[in-house]
Amino acid sequence: MRRSEDPQRQNFHRGQESGLKQMTDQRKIGEVILDLQGISLSFGGVRALTDISFDVRQHEIRAIIGPNGAGKSSMLNVINGVYHPQQGSIVFHGETRKAMNPTRVAHQGIARTFQNIALFKGMTVLDNIMTGRNTKMRSGLFSNAIWWGKARNEEIAHRRKVEEVIDFLEIQHIRKTPVGRLPYGLQKRVELARALAAEPNMLLLDEPMAGMNVEEKQDMCRFVLDVNDQFGTTIVLIEHDMGVVMDISDRVVVLDYGKKIGDGTPDEVMRNPDVISAYLGTSH
Amino acid sequence: MAETNPQTFPATTASTFPRLLLQNAQIRPTLPAIREKDLGIWQVWNWAQVNSEVRAFACGLAALGFRRGMTLAVIGDNRPRLYWAMAAAQCLGGIPVPLYQDAPAADMAYVLEDAEIDFAIAEDQEQVDKLFEIKQTLPRISHIIVDYERGLRHYAQPELHSFAKIQELGRDYDRAHPEFFMNELNAGSAQETAIILYTSGTTGKPKGVCHSHQAMIATATTLVNFDGLNQDDNILCYLPLAWIGDYLYSFAQSLLTGLCLNCPESPQTVMTDLREIGPTYYFGPPRVYENILTQVMIRIEDASWIKRKMFHSFMAVAKRVGLRILDGATGISWSDRLYYALGELLVYGPLKNVLGLSRVKVAYTGGEAIGPDLFDFYRSIGINLKQLYGMTETCVTICMQASGDVKLDTVGRPMPGVEVKIATDGEVLVRSRGLMQGYFKRPDATAEAIDDDGYFHTGDAGFFDGDGHLKIIDRAKDVGKMADGTLFAPKYIENKLKFFPFVKEAVAFGDGRQECTAFVNIDMDAVGNWAERRGISYSGYTDLAAQQTVYDLIRDCVEKVNVDLAQDTLLAGSQICRFLILHKELDPDDDELTRTRKVRRRFIADKYAILIDALYAGKASQYIETQVKFEDGRLGKVCADLKIRSAKTFTEARKAA
Repeated sequence: MRRSEDPQRQNFHRGQESGLKQMTDQRKIGEVILDLQGISLSFGGVRALTDISFDVRQHEIRAIIGPNGAGKSSMLNVINGVYHPQQGSIVFHGETRKAMNPTRVAHQGIARTFQNIALFKGMTVLDNIMTGRNTKMRSGLFSNAIWWGKARNEEIAHRRKVEEVIDFLEIQHIRKTPVGRLPYGLQKRVELARALAAEPNMLLLDEPMAGMNVEEKQDMCRFVLDVNDQFGTTIVLIEHDMGVVMDISDRVVVLDYGKKIGDGTPDEVMRNPDVISAYLGTSH
Repeated sequence: MAETNPQTFPATTASTFPRLLLQNAQIRPTLPAIREKDLGIWQVWNWAQVNSEVRAFACGLAALGFRRGMTLAVIGDNRPRLYWAMAAAQCLGGIPVPLYQDAPAADMAYVLEDAEIDFAIAEDQEQVDKLFEIKQTLPRISHIIVDYERGLRHYAQPELHSFAKIQELGRDYDRAHPEFFMNELNAGSAQETAIILYTSGTTGKPKGVCHSHQAMIATATTLVNFDGLNQDDNILCYLPLAWIGDYLYSFAQSLLTGLCLNCPESPQTVMTDLREIGPTYYFGPPRVYENILTQVMIRIEDASWIKRKMFHSFMAVAKRVGLRILDGATGISWSDRLYYALGELLVYGPLKNVLGLSRVKVAYTGGEAIGPDLFDFYRSIGINLKQLYGMTETCVTICMQASGDVKLDTVGRPMPGVEVKIATDGEVLVRSRGLMQGYFKRPDATAEAIDDDGYFHTGDAGFFDGDGHLKIIDRAKDVGKMADGTLFAPKYIENKLKFFPFVKEAVAFGDGRQECTAFVNIDMDAVGNWAERRGISYSGYTDLAAQQTVYDLIRDCVEKVNVDLAQDTLLAGSQICRFLILHKELDPDDDELTRTRKVRRRFIADKYAILIDALYAGKASQYIETQVKFEDGRLGKVCADLKIRSAKTFTEARKAA
């Protein structure tokens, strides 16, 4: 599953007509786009994160791992702007700030999925994914209500984008199915679809493979790799399945009890004695 | 005993498929030829467009070095480009060889090698990966063309090309050699091989069946005239390309009449696409009809009580008079006709609409026996479902039921131009213009199948009934004798079992034995729903199949079959005494079924010999471990302690009375 970095590999018929327009070679790991410095977050007396620093480079797949309660989801929520850290600074696209703001973050091209699926259960898959286009919609409530003029053209354009995502994730057969009726694995895929519909530059995935069987995990891995490969999307993911993490990520940061205990390529991290002891549950 | 039906065929103006395509582009350039749902919208190509797409691709193939007589492997689902590729190969005098797209690489390798494939067209990355895997042992494959390029961006192999790229190449080639395409097309003759279709390999390795343009066009003409098809008809192409039915019913009929083909968005969306298209001509093996009915029944049971009540009461009306109304019978009371009309308005009409069968003029089923309940259900709600009989070697089309002349347990009368003879041992022999040219590179097998008089030996045992309808009992070689001399027709017994919605597959044993026994596969959907309704919890197939209550359920089915068998003097001795429910579903990936889902009797008997021994030894249970192959080719193991149960048998009806 691991991609080779062989520079000899050429593009397969680049620039040719294809369903996905963005098929240019975007997968070149670039400069740092998100830099977190000395982040500390506590809820009352509970210290969720203590002095954590790491960065995310453009186009890479960055994994955050750690035992239960290590602070992984909190970390994602800090990036996402849901939690505001008491200490530390965040540099995003060259702009330094104390904390992120969820709405602004969404407009700046960060989309996410949740550990506990957060979809509208009564709405169809299509409508759910359409909500992912929310930040891109321009026309007003009134013209949308009567579906007239610009609103109409806009919706057609958004629908096309959504259909491309549906095609990409191979969920045509459930397009009109209410989300609540779908099995768990498919709901996870729909959530990814909604995030993708926002055409994000950075995608935050909170345990995208949790609770899936082997086959579903393989599919999901392929989708994550394809998203990264074809759209050049930077991906930050939290995952428990070590096999998955080691296979698909470029760099891994390891948290334990709110502290960073390792950071580097999958191989480096696996050799790190602190990481080994954290996972085998020895000395604490 | 011979049944002949001589009738001259109406002369078609074009003698090969490429000429038919050209003719369509001239006669009806702007009518829709093929549709495909893409990004949620049906895209349409008219005949003129199809013609130019095919021409561009054909010239592209030629530019790559594809020459007359070469073969082109076609691997994938029903996609317009794959149909065009087949047409393009034929334009150049080449031969398309469609393959079953769900076959693992190893199975494909055999066919690719046997058919001497140099060029292959694959639908997507999955198939391309399989081809590259095979290519390591089969270096002769020199060019692989892919329809859908997703995920292939980093593939640098020089032999891999995109479909659009080849067409681009072809347009340049066409400009440089403007005479080339028409010269090649005109050089084609009706006697040339139009397509090679591999048999499913129920017995031994698959064999390539070669059909000429002439045989295919003659057969398709008969079919078109039989049901009066024309350019306004619509067909949904959802059956595997490698199966002759798809080529004949979809592609050949479309070229002959100008009717429109519709390709589903994906294999999972067939039901939705069916409803959107509303085809006028529909073909499916019995299991497709069965799946649809199972879905309907499950959803009806989940509906509100008023809908349920309405459905059941009107279905009773349909059962009483529906069949007679469809056959145009007289003497049906006005009140019944009124009830039926009301039912059409409230139940049958909406139901047909949901199923996408509202516009169906004729629907066919074949390949396997169809259950009486199933058959009558569709016919009683006004769907003109009919049966046919045939095989790859005969261009299907041996017998078909004409509208208004339909029987449950026969396959109809021989088609015009088809001679059917019953051999002394009961085997059905066929002679027609639609017969194959022979098996590819297998003159020995061809000589074995077609005798000196030109009759093809079908290997099926059958007889004509009083009305001249052909009745098929079983594969001739499978019909055996039990120890006491009773006739043992395993498929007959298995079909009776499979007519119950709870039974998915069954395998009966009894040849040369004292009593008859059976393996049963439960239908996961139907039994799963049944269990849910009763609050029985289960974790998966193996668990559900081992439940005591499920065994009771299946025992009832087996005993009903025994009651049925007891009615028949010939077969009363072959009632099922003991049975077990298998711990895994029989699967083509494990070689237990063919790709067309027919039971491979001998293979199963070998693989599960320990279970058969246990059945006859009278054990109460038997432990077994079985290796299974997952869809991605990995191996796994399923083990279970299988219970064995006895079923009541009944004394022969006549003796008892």
